[in-house]
Amino acid sequence: MSFKTGTWTNTIDVRNFINKNYTPYDGDDSFLTPPTERTRKLWDEVASLMKKETAAGGVLDIDASTISDIDAYQPGYIDKDLETIVGLQTDAPLKRAIMPFGGIRMVRTSLKNYDREMDPEVERVFKYRKTHNDGVFDVYTDEMKRARHTGIITGLPDAYGRGRIIGDYRRVALYGVDALIEQKKKALQDYSYEIMDEASIRHREEISDQIKALHALKAMAQSYGFDISAPARDTKEAIQWLYFGYLAAVKEQNGAAMSLGRVSTFLDIYAQKDLQEGRYTEEEIQEFVDHFIMKLRMVRFLRTPSYDELFSGDPTWVTESIGGMSTDGRHMVTKMSYRFLHTLVNLGPAPEPNMTVLWSRRLPQNFKNFCARLSIETSSIQYESDSLMRRKFGDDYAIACCVSAMRVGKQMQFFGARANLAKALLYAINGGRDEKAGDQVGPELLAVRGKYLDYDDVMKKFSAILDWLSKLYMNTLNVIHYMHDKYCYERIQMALHDEEIVRTEACGIAGLSVVADSLSAIKYAKVRPIRDDRDLVVDFEIEGDYPKFGNNDPRVDDIAVDVVKTFMQKLRKQRTYRGAIATQSVLTITSNVVYGKKTGSTPDGRKLGEPFAPGANPMHGRDENGCVASMMSVAKLPYDYSEDGISYTFSIVPGALGREEEDKVKNLASLLDGYFAEGGHHINVNVLNRDVLLDAMDHPEKYPQLTIRVSGYAVNFIKLTREQQMDVINRTFHTRF
Amino acid sequence: MSSITGRIHSVETFGALDGPGIRYVLFLQGCPLQCLYCHNPDSWSVRDGQVRTVDEVFADILRYRSFLSGGVTLSGGEPLLQADFCAALLSLCRKEGIHTALDTAASIPLAACQEAVDLADLVLLDLKAMDPGDCRRLTGRDNRSAIALLDYREAASAPVWVRHVLVPGITLKEEKLRAMAAFLKDYTCIERVELLPFHKMGEYKWEQLHRPYTLTDTPEPTADEVAKARSIFRDAGLPVPS
Repeated sequence: MSFKTGTWTNTIDVRNFINKNYTPYDGDDSFLTPPTERTRKLWDEVASLMKKETAAGGVLDIDASTISDIDAYQPGYIDKDLETIVGLQTDAPLKRAIMPFGGIRMVRTSLKNYDREMDPEVERVFKYRKTHNDGVFDVYTDEMKRARHTGIITGLPDAYGRGRIIGDYRRVALYGVDALIEQKKKALQDYSYEIMDEASIRHREEISDQIKALHALKAMAQSYGFDISAPARDTKEAIQWLYFGYLAAVKEQNGAAMSLGRVSTFLDIYAQKDLQEGRYTEEEIQEFVDHFIMKLRMVRFLRTPSYDELFSGDPTWVTESIGGMSTDGRHMVTKMSYRFLHTLVNLGPAPEPNMTVLWSRRLPQNFKNFCARLSIETSSIQYESDSLMRRKFGDDYAIACCVSAMRVGKQMQFFGARANLAKALLYAINGGRDEKAGDQVGPELLAVRGKYLDYDDVMKKFSAILDWLSKLYMNTLNVIHYMHDKYCYERIQMALHDEEIVRTEACGIAGLSVVADSLSAIKYAKVRPIRDDRDLVVDFEIEGDYPKFGNNDPRVDDIAVDVVKTFMQKLRKQRTYRGAIATQSVLTITSNVVYGKKTGSTPDGRKLGEPFAPGANPMHGRDENGCVASMMSVAKLPYDYSEDGISYTFSIVPGALGREEEDKVKNLASLLDGYFAEGGHHINVNVLNRDVLLDAMDHPEKYPQLTIRVSGYAVNFIKLTREQQMDVINRTFHTRF
Repeated sequence: MSSITGRIHSVETFGALDGPGIRYVLFLQGCPLQCLYCHNPDSWSVRDGQVRTVDEVFADILRYRSFLSGGVTLSGGEPLLQADFCAALLSLCRKEGIHTALDTAASIPLAACQEAVDLADLVLLDLKAMDPGDCRRLTGRDNRSAIALLDYREAASAPVWVRHVLVPGITLKEEKLRAMAAFLKDYTCIERVELLPFHKMGEYKWEQLHRPYTLTDTPEPTADEVAKARSIFRDAGLPVPS
């Protein structure tokens, strides 16, 4: 294949290749083709395996005796004769691997939970081999352990793979593995330092590991009969090569989020050539895409029930970023953008891969309408503001997990889960004591006194608690990521990065709307604390009304903005591991339920144990002026102070979008235009009837593919715990009749 | 500048059902009718609601401009019960180039609200029934002023969307629908006829207000019944969306 040359020809620069060669597509969806006979058959087989998996309690099979690695397994197939794109994580479909380097404990617990024995040979290996989890707990201070135990800091990646790293899998297709190995070898030569200090030693060791991983990648592909040492020559090879790269990553790492990147427009360059030169037809190209997406839907990790309670629905966050604008002013929608989204029709809706549309007002109207229509039909798409992110990350960034943007192959993050700010507020009220356990967890401050809470007094104490929390939080993350690099390094993913990269340390906050409403109640109403016999404030009585987040009311929205800014400013003061840039997100995934459970009653009237709102959402039922007002409140949260993303989940009943189908599509597209024009960063769109969800709770067998979007990702509704299902159903559904 | 005050029931910032596009829907408090199927009986009382000036409301509307692909709709209650407030607000919108719709059952005499009716770009006219007796049973009043408003808009060639609620056993009867279609078919000002299936989602509000709800046993119309009703109007040459 001949492409337009550029800097990409001599150095590794995928962005340049795309920019020189892609063809923007302004047309509509009429060129798309239905699934081929082969696709139908293959998907039937996969769907029936998935059904068996659900029936078996969520896990179909486990290979408990092979320690997973890039080339640890014999090749595996679903149905060799039907598959146009091949490769499985283990030697059989949906069979889960053990990945003990993050933590052998998690492997033991998972196996035990699924009634499987720990292989004595594996056990023996880990008598001598330390894991990430062991390392972290060797170093954790008592204070860190207490904060983790009470849940003021939660979801920390200290017992499992941190994830949220995107390998530039496109490099495998564009350059072939040999060229990548050469590049790394050259880098190793260049990196000989005057002084061999810790940083330079680590750097050299990492590059050596990366080279080994690239060799293993080649060997793995070879076992499937493919030589991927040279560049891919057509669409089918490009998809296959790229998928091998991704597959190597999910064989090596059980990361919390294993995102794909931004591959569709890249792949379209190959497809355009093949169509022009008559190598493949549209049907064939769609078939490759369908088969590829099928594979991504089959990525599985072995995890514990408590992990699932936090992030339920067996998520893998195979996030693919689609669309957006080029920095030269052209939009980046291609036919391949359509083909990827069209798999939601050809294969039916699904949570994975996590389809993420990078929205801009300037995207072609045809594409906007196409997305809106698919959202209405499948509730499987999330949208993020390309204008906000392009400004910071250029035009070759992708989303890791839910909302974390990063330049592909040039930037990675140290995933930091989140701090529970609602609990922090209660610590401020209780002088650093935990409102449930009564223990002194935070610094011993003066607890509040007097009949009513005083706004200025509470704010002063809250600020002191946040000083303590931001420091403890960052230090804890430093420990975790030091150990992860040491014992569970992502060799293949980092091999698909530049040698010099930007690192961020991505903190997060939970309970933002609870905190904003609580502070607003203290400021605008009268809040009387209620103490128990331990002299602990355990509940509150509110006299009068107060402005609530989600109504576009500056009195409270400004408080929310201020909380985001304040915590970020405090995080920026901390020392980070490897000189990472501190960032934060307002995102909870499904953990808003678990965090709520661990948090006492709050001054906004939320009772002990009740869920928080997910991500940056207003609290359930408190937004009274319709969804635009609610969006306006969320859109005010400053992305500059929350660069790791601000997640908003929007659910609406189809009837409220408009009377006619065409109106619904147009209105949804306009709504997205409006939200992003106001500065919104992310939105999940669910178009569902509450009745359908209620029915699915009782009859899961009728809804194997029912997908809903929850705070940054999509889940299969029937895989949620009952508690989470109730949370989704009780959440604000925008209705108006 | 207008310091005229109005009583506001509530605001819907994402109105997709009351006029074209996305609209800011202002629900005004107070209604002289007492429709049996009303889903907002909490909007009847003329004493409730929040008192706000036209300027305040207009300033709030402007905050949502980037979303309003449609415009603004004044609804209720019966917005024309506060005709001066409506006229002042509609006039501000007109100056600002914002499309307006007035969602009314026209239950007060035209003379009392003519200015507001003139200023609305679109009237969503809720026609309760053709037969004055039916109308009285259903709402407490006849439909004379509604017809007068329709005639007035026709004379002015100003657009109207007629809306009619299909209540099984009351309005959802073939001969009644035919009579209404026959009556409407010659009005050239009618851009759209919306037939709205009766629903009971407002029933809980009646309970909260301790008012007896008489339609508990009335079923919601089936999809077939709605389609059939639509075809009656379509066959009469009226613009009914599919």
